[in-house]
Amino acid sequence: MTAQVITVTSGKGGVGKTTAVANLAAALAMDGRKVVCIDGDIGLRNLDVVMGLENRIVYDIVDVIEGRCKLRQAMIRDKHYPEMYLIPAAQTRDKNAVSPSDMIRICNDLRPDTDFVIIDSPAGIERGFRNAIAAADRVLVVTNPEVSAVRDADRVVGILEAEEKGSPALIINRLNPMLVKNNDMLSAEDVLDLLGIQLIGVVPEDESVIIGSNRGAPVVTDPKSRAGMAFRNIAKRMQGQDVPFMDLDSQSGLWSAIQRLAGRK
Amino acid sequence: MMNFFSRKKSAPSAKERLQLVLVHDRTDLTSAQLESLKDDLIKAISQYIEIDPDAVRIELERDGRSQRLVADIPLRSAARHRSG
Repeated sequence: MTAQVITVTSGKGGVGKTTAVANLAAALAMDGRKVVCIDGDIGLRNLDVVMGLENRIVYDIVDVIEGRCKLRQAMIRDKHYPEMYLIPAAQTRDKNAVSPSDMIRICNDLRPDTDFVIIDSPAGIERGFRNAIAAADRVLVVTNPEVSAVRDADRVVGILEAEEKGSPALIINRLNPMLVKNNDMLSAEDVLDLLGIQLIGVVPEDESVIIGSNRGAPVVTDPKSRAGMAFRNIAKRMQGQDVPFMDLDSQSGLWSAIQRLAGRK
Repeated sequence: MMNFFSRKKSAPSAKERLQLVLVHDRTDLTSAQLESLKDDLIKAISQYIEIDPDAVRIELERDGRSQRLVADIPLRSAARHRSG
């Protein structure tokens, strides 16, 4: 095994980076892959609670860097997927406790016996973000179809290009097909046209995502969730499979409402 | 879809505004700087050929991830007549 190191970033906060990391990791684990997630948001630790592992933390990434524990000891095994691990962020330290070379070293140590290392980047374009992209083989940029999120995503794409990280792939998160249909939300095509990078997935707005976070159980495990399906498809594309994009339109609008009422969906 | 609130839809406006903002973000060029570039360009070109300063258009255009500076500089018709 030689892991692919994938960093999930966005520029703007609150667009669903951490949710995307937790879901993609779980979907990859469901496909039998060995996955290690790293929370790169030092001081604002969150991936642990979204993954439901907050009670199991003993050591964190700064403990590894400062030699207080072995890398293995800071890897928390998931409750449901024994091949999925989390390396939590430190909560009481600041981002200066980690350097880009620390991240590269940790990822290189993980590479030999892991399929995917997924790094959850903090919001912004400063130190924490630089740390998060340092080791990345590939970057996924998450955005929402909103002006502020798209603008910040474009800044991040520009920095990644300047840093010669290659062109990132885009996840458009929380798209509301109904609003798009009404021409009151940027469509996936609009966002793609504006940002000019390749698309790896469109995740529809879905209440079950919040419910999943509340429970610390990613929504990919819910077979009925549309967002869950979108994340599972992205995970397949990360593994090199050619999965067609979901038809988000079919679930919205009057016709499908009638179909649902008639019990046909 | 019928428009029940008879207002203008917001998505086209979002896209239009973003197009402008992104071009300026990417080039790090403000509208004022672009205007001053235009003035300098007019000055430089006018030393060689007669142009109509009011008709000159300078715009930043996007093409995927790359930007281009597009100038449309109409020549004064008198210039052509004189040489012919």
